[in-house]
Amino acid sequence: MKVAVVTFPGSNCDYDLYKAVQQVGAEVEFVWHRERGLQRFEAVMLPGGFSYGDYLRAGAIARMSPVMEDVVAFAAAGGPVLGICNGFQILCEAGLLPGALMRNDVLRFRSHDVLLRVERDDTLFTGDYEKGQILRIPIAHGEGNFEADEETLRALEGDGRVVFRYVDANGEATEASNPNGSWHNIAGITNEAGNVLGMMPHPERAMEALLGSTDGVGLFTSLVASLSTTAGGSA
Amino acid sequence: MSQYRIEVRVKPRPGLLDPQGKAIHHSLNSLGWEGVHDVRVGKAIYIDLDAADEAAALEAAGVMCRKLLANPVTEDFEVTMVGALEGAGS
Repeated sequence: MKVAVVTFPGSNCDYDLYKAVQQVGAEVEFVWHRERGLQRFEAVMLPGGFSYGDYLRAGAIARMSPVMEDVVAFAAAGGPVLGICNGFQILCEAGLLPGALMRNDVLRFRSHDVLLRVERDDTLFTGDYEKGQILRIPIAHGEGNFEADEETLRALEGDGRVVFRYVDANGEATEASNPNGSWHNIAGITNEAGNVLGMMPHPERAMEALLGSTDGVGLFTSLVASLSTTAGGSA
Repeated sequence: MSQYRIEVRVKPRPGLLDPQGKAIHHSLNSLGWEGVHDVRVGKAIYIDLDAADEAAALEAAGVMCRKLLANPVTEDFEVTMVGALEGAGS
């Protein structure tokens, strides 16, 4: 499997993401936001950071980058696309995922570990987890408050497109365990087809026991596993 | 072609939580402005552009808002004509 990590001016989790992909044995390459053509990749990842200084709105300028046209086409063709943190914000701005990420209700940048409940273990990205499993993964964002209109929110829940939810140690999605005011404690969602995942927490920062958690590894191994079974392409 | 200056106002949609506005609201209350009962924070964007006439300038600004300046999920926008700009500079 060959993965593209798309970098924008102001991306700052690109190397972590690159290393995470390498760690699970996949090939990985950086793609600068002005480059075109993603055909040689089997998955595309948008890293966290502060693309364009979060000017105007987080992700709003990055989504106008030349490469985003290719990301949209890649996703439309069914290719797996993962957006983490600022990557999630860019995917929403680009219309690949519904809704928007607004300023945290607490008005503070939140940088700490959170607990996530895995809501779906049958996506391209979560096969190595179990439904209901609790993961410890860090967040680091000022704008992670997921909002959408009523109809969209109902569709997200109704179609089971919420993949990760902020929870407490008992696995309950309480107000206290919600770090940013996201509706229904949403931490990660997919598009309707299921091939685009956006999440605010940083699985690429939970890859080493030495650094506190290895709960992010499963996301990357899941993707490798689902691509090797479906495509049977280059390993 | 003439030059026009346009003001775009982008504001959080009604009903959506505006944490920035809330913080300012509390701050104004604590300064003694007890009569302040709501604050919403938006942004103003000033655009100078060439256009055939006022209507064309306003229409272009509307397209800019839908494409980039406002996020339809969370924000509303208003476009107003500030006026024609005489000559170069300003």
